[in-house]
Amino acid sequence: MSGGVDSAVAAARAREAGHDVTGVHLALSRNPQTFRTGARGCCTLEDSRDARRAADVIGIPFYVWDMAEQFHESVVDDFVSEYAAGRTPNPCLRCNEKIKFEAVLDRAIALGFDAVVTGHHARLGADGLLRRSVDIAKDQSYVLAVLTREKLDRAMFPLGDSTKTQVREEAAARGLAVADKPDSHDICFIADGDTKGFLAGRLGESPGDIVDGRTGTVLGQHDGAYAYTIGQRKGLDLRVPAPDGKPRYVLSITPVTNTVTVGPREDLAVDTVTADRPIWHGSSTPVECEVQLRAHGEVVTADVTVDSDGLTARLHSPARGVAAGQAIVAYRPDPAGDIVLGSATITAGSRAAETVAAETVAAGV
Amino acid sequence: MAYLDHAATTPMLPESLDAYVAAAREIGNPSSLHAAGRHARRLVEESRERIAAVLGARPSEVIFTSGGTESDNLATKGVFFARRDADSRRDRVVASAVEHHAVLDSVDWLAAHESAVADWLPVDAACRVDPAALAALIDEHGDELTVISVQWANNEVGTVQPIAELAALAARAGIPFHTDAVQAVGQVPVDFAASGASALTVTGHKLGGPVGVGALLLGRDVGATPLLHGGGQERDVRSGTLDTPGVVAFAVAVEAAVKTQPEYSARVSDLRDGLVARVRAAIPDAIYNGDPVHRLPGNAHFSFPGCEGDALLLLLDAQGIACSTGSACSAGVAQPSHVLVAMGADADRARSSLRFTLGHTSTGAEIDALMAALPGAVERARRATAWKTPRG
Repeated sequence: MSGGVDSAVAAARAREAGHDVTGVHLALSRNPQTFRTGARGCCTLEDSRDARRAADVIGIPFYVWDMAEQFHESVVDDFVSEYAAGRTPNPCLRCNEKIKFEAVLDRAIALGFDAVVTGHHARLGADGLLRRSVDIAKDQSYVLAVLTREKLDRAMFPLGDSTKTQVREEAAARGLAVADKPDSHDICFIADGDTKGFLAGRLGESPGDIVDGRTGTVLGQHDGAYAYTIGQRKGLDLRVPAPDGKPRYVLSITPVTNTVTVGPREDLAVDTVTADRPIWHGSSTPVECEVQLRAHGEVVTADVTVDSDGLTARLHSPARGVAAGQAIVAYRPDPAGDIVLGSATITAGSRAAETVAAETVAAGV
Repeated sequence: MAYLDHAATTPMLPESLDAYVAAAREIGNPSSLHAAGRHARRLVEESRERIAAVLGARPSEVIFTSGGTESDNLATKGVFFARRDADSRRDRVVASAVEHHAVLDSVDWLAAHESAVADWLPVDAACRVDPAALAALIDEHGDELTVISVQWANNEVGTVQPIAELAALAARAGIPFHTDAVQAVGQVPVDFAASGASALTVTGHKLGGPVGVGALLLGRDVGATPLLHGGGQERDVRSGTLDTPGVVAFAVAVEAAVKTQPEYSARVSDLRDGLVARVRAAIPDAIYNGDPVHRLPGNAHFSFPGCEGDALLLLLDAQGIACSTGSACSAGVAQPSHVLVAMGADADRARSSLRFTLGHTSTGAEIDALMAALPGAVERARRATAWKTPRG
């Protein structure tokens, strides 16, 4: 129970369904004062108090579990080292994988509980299939797709059939004070929302070149390649304008040479995505399905193959801003909620030569 | 429910509750001059005399406060300020390493904000302070010491300290000696005059009185700078309208607890010894922490190797058994106990500890309930520590 409205209503529903429910708030900061204050975060003393009051109202026991060390090792350190390696991590996904559905789940099972209930917006019904929430805007199946079958069998998501608005209304009707509490958006362990500053504080400044992807010309300098994300356009601060005057985007980050490569928007497009560490739920491949390449990102149709080398997706239409380290999640469209087929961690995006040629022609170069 | 957490707070004695309700029905500020005020004043002063009589103090030495934390703050910070003001060379504060946070954090605050030097007296593996350590400190820094504070008995592991010996060393050097006797009054014989201490903390809710009222016994010749300023109601050392019903109920509870202490101690220590023997038989590798002899009658404190104390607490709580990990909390997160760390325990042993404390309502049936649940809980908590080890 984070202290937010979703987990409070999830707990209330689980209890109402007849389960013997115990509320657990995770203390994730080594020093609770250093995490974000106010109503936005999920890790402050105030949030702990909000969670406790929700548990009181629901009528369930409540404890705080100290997961600060595990969180730091599995999520914060991983976040920093992924950026250092030129990848773009998703810490919420990692937290679900390593904390909520590993450290917490393992401890809970050992203590005699049967499942971990969370307030995530996703559906997990009697058929055991993980599906998108009815509230597409709030859907969190993307950051849950990393859960294995074994973990899903011990998970309960009671909110998947409700919109966020309905959850808030229900919280108010149940007398939960957190009904109007603002949603949390940013990364909970970066108090001021300044990811670049957070990384700079841990990785130090590391100046290097920003180069043109087509010509190899050095266009400028950066203070640390970790501050850039694939597809980024703003903040490049290049003194030399592109010959065609069009904006340039980050195409790739190469930690070995500490280089940030930029180029025109069309060079961002990829039609093949490779990924490793696949979690695949059984159905045979290749399979035509939809893939999502970042949180709340667009969905494209693709042919997905999973084999011993990992996951490969051939996109039916090019996608842009595909960053290594993000998850690729495959869905099968379904009227009862798109079904998660599996997920994997993106290692690279590439373009088939014929696609490059076709686009070059189309661009009139 | 099996309530095994009397050291946290113990139920009010019926006679104390009755006295509270009776006094709360009446009107009158003890500082008012009219008849109602005089009546309230009489109730307060009679209470003061009752407390003084059973604790070996003079009535004028009883300063009513809001409880243990305030009394400890006044005895450490207040006496520090007064002693340093009298002689600026005095800038050291002495306390045992196993004090309650009310003393511990007051001393830390003096060090951080008043440039005081904190001298922490170490304890042995049983949590006892060695008087020789205090003697050595007095030899070396006697002229610089403002106040010495050593608890009568430890709130976590129940060890009773050699207060008379420590107080005598302090008295010989002319240094005020304070003892936090919150856990001791009603449990073991406590006599302020006989102890030789200059100041003693006692509180209501640990001995059958209400929460929110306590006292500092403060010798007439011991200066203390007030921390709360206002009407100066209590000897100009403590301000605030006196809580007449609280004081009355507190006095009833102190009197009852002290008068029944011998029988209480015999009965409760028998129950406790039974609990300890049964825990040791059921969980042979359990470590019994604290001093086996110099110990509060109601305290049983164990480390259960391989368990997290807070996991055990959760499992026992779910079966209606209330106990404590005995450690300080921040946002409800258990930190390793400074007491066990000072006793030389490693962090794992400190985190694996659980405190059971008995009191005046304790019964054998509660211990039966504990023993029905504890072995299974320990076994389960041991399995749950596997979550600590990251999976490959």
